[in-house]
Amino acid sequence: MHPSSSSLWSRFRKKHPAIIYDAVKPVSIEIQDLTVQYPQNAVISKLSCDFKAPGLWAVAGPNGAGKSTLLKTMLGLQKFASGGIHFHGLCPCDVAYLAQQNQLDRRFPLTVGDTVAMGLFRQVGLFRRYTKEQREKMQIALDEVGLSSFAKVPLQALSGGQFQRVLFARLILQDAPVILLDEPFTGVDGRTLEDLMKLLHQWVKEGRLVVAVLHHIDLVQEYFPHTLLLARHFFKAGLTKDVVTPENMLAAVAASREWEAEVG
Amino acid sequence: MLDFFVAPFVDYIFLRRALMACLALALGCGPVGVLLVLRRMSLMGDALAHALLPGAAIGFLLGGLSLLAMGCGGFIVGFLVALVAGLISRKTILNEDASFAGFYLISLSLGVLIVSMQGSQVDLMHILFGTILAVDTTSLLIVTGITSFTLCVLALIYRPLIIECFDSGFLRVIGGRGTLYHSLFLILVALNLVATFQALGTLMALGMMMLPAVSSRLWARHVWSLFLLSSFFAVISGYLGLLLSYHEEWPSGPSIILVAGIIYGISLILAPFGILKQQQGAL
Repeated sequence: MHPSSSSLWSRFRKKHPAIIYDAVKPVSIEIQDLTVQYPQNAVISKLSCDFKAPGLWAVAGPNGAGKSTLLKTMLGLQKFASGGIHFHGLCPCDVAYLAQQNQLDRRFPLTVGDTVAMGLFRQVGLFRRYTKEQREKMQIALDEVGLSSFAKVPLQALSGGQFQRVLFARLILQDAPVILLDEPFTGVDGRTLEDLMKLLHQWVKEGRLVVAVLHHIDLVQEYFPHTLLLARHFFKAGLTKDVVTPENMLAAVAASREWEAEVG
Repeated sequence: MLDFFVAPFVDYIFLRRALMACLALALGCGPVGVLLVLRRMSLMGDALAHALLPGAAIGFLLGGLSLLAMGCGGFIVGFLVALVAGLISRKTILNEDASFAGFYLISLSLGVLIVSMQGSQVDLMHILFGTILAVDTTSLLIVTGITSFTLCVLALIYRPLIIECFDSGFLRVIGGRGTLYHSLFLILVALNLVATFQALGTLMALGMMMLPAVSSRLWARHVWSLFLLSSFFAVISGYLGLLLSYHEEWPSGPSIILVAGIIYGISLILAPFGILKQQQGAL
């Protein structure tokens, strides 16, 4: 565990006592019979899935099927009613997360460098200066996302794709063993998509677990070896070629329609 | 020339005190206002400023026209209202703006009522619109104290506070104490409004924060330069406002805010992110 993690873990445990953690490697996140309840209805019910590192998982399904809710529940941002989330080999506080892009103000007066540096916040804390080594790491992260000379550029000058590259550079600096992404490719141009996908594959090669919520099923089939297909009470998890089949897709759509009809 | 720009402050001690107060207020309100704008919390600031009134009125009832009594009352009630209004928008279907608007109307009416019960029309005018020319040494000490405290706290929590402004979800996931920084910041807003309120009154206290801040947003593109520019605009507004009010015999509070308003108007037209330049960019 990272030296700063033990205090973070004790704080995390106090807030989210239902999430279980043991230090036994290999890294994986095991979800058993998970049910997440909103006031009126269940968003996710009886979901079981085992995310093992290294791995590249897509979470796919119709709109409102509980995909984003699943990520938030794994992060402890959303309470669950029953079932369990069990982290093996990594602290639940060591998970990196990229929220949907539209939640950020792209005209915020920060430079690309400032934004990427946030990925080091745990190491530098409130005051410490960035060491030479950390500065080099920032530059490497910028190189990796193809924004080598952008450190001083203000965020508001960036295109949607470039902005997303900046957030990926921040993820690189966080250096987390597990990375959760919520719709990371929305509003991103084709070339950026290619580059960011290469990055995801590199992360998996480095032994990390990457779980991405995706909307486009063709992206899932093209790039992601594993898929969790999710639609409320319906779910299928496994190899993409076994999961993303016409029958399963129809079943997922039917399940979410059925739910919509119930809610009215 | 010198007579016009400098002599009033050399001749009259109350003008010198007022100028000092403006300077101190500008240093604190500049950065706090910028952060309010960046966090899209202008409305929250509005609710807070109005909520100062009943608190200040209660302080006035107990301790008369003293900044300490009214300031303490204002701070406590203002902070309570900010907390409750935030809570209501989280726990009910009301949006933040609706819940805040409700609160500041209630606060305003309650405050005016309390002051009229005990004091005179003049007292009411003083509390609503401020009495910067009546700043004494005690209030000057309070104002400069609040400014120093504000700048120290901001320096202390600058990094996580900016992260929280930009991407609060990120700070939460990496285990930062977002709520702590948010609450500290709210305390700073309430404190600075209390400091401003003797000079400009409860109705215009927010003006010293918001107008320079939104003006600077049109010129600068870094958080630190926004801070500096916003404080600079606030200093200029304070100085020119006092000068105008002296020469033209205008009320001082409104003069200061009007100068800030003129700076805003000029910025809207001429600044790099103002109307003219953006139009050019669009063509």
